[in-house]
Amino acid sequence: MSVLQANGWDPAIHNGKLLLAAQQSLQMVLLTLLIGGGLGLVLGLTLFATRKGGLYANRAVFAGLNILVNTIRPIPFIIFIMAVKGLAVALTGTFIGVKGAIPPMVIACSMATSRIVEQSLVAADPGVIEAGRAMGASRIHVLLRILVPESLAPLVLGYAYLFIGVLDLSVMAGAIGAGGLGNFAIVDGFNRYNDVVLWVAVAIFIAAVQVVQLVGNLLARRFLRR
Amino acid sequence: MTSPIITLTDVSKTFKGKTGPIRAVDRVSLEIEAGEVFGVIGHSGAGKSTLVRLINALESVDPGSGGLTVAGHQVPGLGERDLRALRSQIGMIFQGFNLLSAKTVAVNVGYPLKLAGWSQAARAARVSELLEFTGIADKADSYPSQLSGGQKQRVGIARALAARPSILLADEATSALDPETTRDVLDLLVRANRELGVTIVLITHVMSVVQYLCGRTAVMEEGRVVESGRTYDVFSRPKAAVTRKFVQTALHDRPTPATIKRLRARHPGRLAIVTVASDGGLALGALEAAAIVYGSLTEVEGRPFGSITLELTGDDDVTSAALGRLRSAGLEVVDLGTAADPLGGAL
Repeated sequence: MSVLQANGWDPAIHNGKLLLAAQQSLQMVLLTLLIGGGLGLVLGLTLFATRKGGLYANRAVFAGLNILVNTIRPIPFIIFIMAVKGLAVALTGTFIGVKGAIPPMVIACSMATSRIVEQSLVAADPGVIEAGRAMGASRIHVLLRILVPESLAPLVLGYAYLFIGVLDLSVMAGAIGAGGLGNFAIVDGFNRYNDVVLWVAVAIFIAAVQVVQLVGNLLARRFLRR
Repeated sequence: MTSPIITLTDVSKTFKGKTGPIRAVDRVSLEIEAGEVFGVIGHSGAGKSTLVRLINALESVDPGSGGLTVAGHQVPGLGERDLRALRSQIGMIFQGFNLLSAKTVAVNVGYPLKLAGWSQAARAARVSELLEFTGIADKADSYPSQLSGGQKQRVGIARALAARPSILLADEATSALDPETTRDVLDLLVRANRELGVTIVLITHVMSVVQYLCGRTAVMEEGRVVESGRTYDVFSRPKAAVTRKFVQTALHDRPTPATIKRLRARHPGRLAIVTVASDGGLALGALEAAAIVYGSLTEVEGRPFGSITLELTGDDDVTSAALGRLRSAGLEVVDLGTAADPLGGAL
């Protein structure tokens, strides 16, 4: 602490700000992962199931969702936040702060998640689909009870990877007023030439990603029985 | 043999291909009897895998293409719910095993029972019975990745037999296994057939597999069944070229033109290929001066099967008379002539 203080960390100001920022970041990331990750799972399963030759092959549904995802994903997030300002207001009453950041973050997260889920399932052995159907399992059973458990390891790794992406989104949201650690690093660190504040934030990002990835790897190894 | 458990009448299956429709199964008619082991042999792409998938309705027959009756059910037109009920009465094993990698052996084997709504206790009892039957009782808590290929297929067989099906479909079930393991797995299928009475439809591209356990066999080529009947009859008197080739792959009993050339260099006498397809074998008493120079014999359905190439030495009259005696004993003889005066026999 003394090293930090000697280089410009003022506990009276920065401790409190850091705590608040961390709280805001955690809120944004967890809510987004929970809602966006859930929506993305449903979207990804639908993409997988409706693709050509899939369990519920349906050209119209697949094409529609595919175009939707491909339309939203290329939009730079910082622009996307502004573009869906109206939606954020309609859903949460505001387009600033943590609350206002959640709708665009959830949408962006679910789009990315859908592709990760789709990819994980495509990589599963198609033989288990056939085995499941041959045993008399329904299509929905094959999808949710056979394919998802078989793909759990890549799914967990995919979600761990997604965590970094969502963290990134939260920082961009912070840049336009949602607060959080990114905002803290920019406003109290970068803008005020306070490198210590900047690097404390960076260290927290690195530590958080390390922990999530470690847990992801451990879980994936447990699930991967190969 | 009782009544047919599977009847295909003029059944076709067409897929959309990149360059137009592909008829994977082309007007196939077959009757498979309850309790038999029926083989379907053909090269890859001949339509055999599609054919078995029609039986458990993983693929649907072309609309209006013919009749398909399985275990008393008219398959075309069945709804999803009825299809699932039918599939649960048909076990299936695969070349790639298709086990659930995230589940233990016991859970894999019990899976069809779980789908059928068996209680935990009933499932456990049935699973240990099946693991005992298939000889992998010690692997109950292992994961598929910890097993050898042969053990994986035993799990596949145990799983396929779990719900006491009346039909077992085997799709290239031994094609990923080494010869010794193949034999063990085939022996297990024979036991399942004899002890449990399950009808087996076995798909393969390997002649020795049908030869080992199939009472009747159909040969497929380009979606059509080119011949079918008792395995012994099909292979001892092959009508289609593809059937003859399969016999060749298993037996190497007939000399190729190159082999004949080498034989002639060593054996200037009269060469004749004698097909042995009778319980009497090849009685050498009918021959005087004869040497066995090439050939191979094996058993199909417990009867001698194969061909022997002989060199007969002596005057034309003597050798012709000897060949005549073989022919009149019911043996099929291909006269290749002598090195000095060769005849082009049909191979």
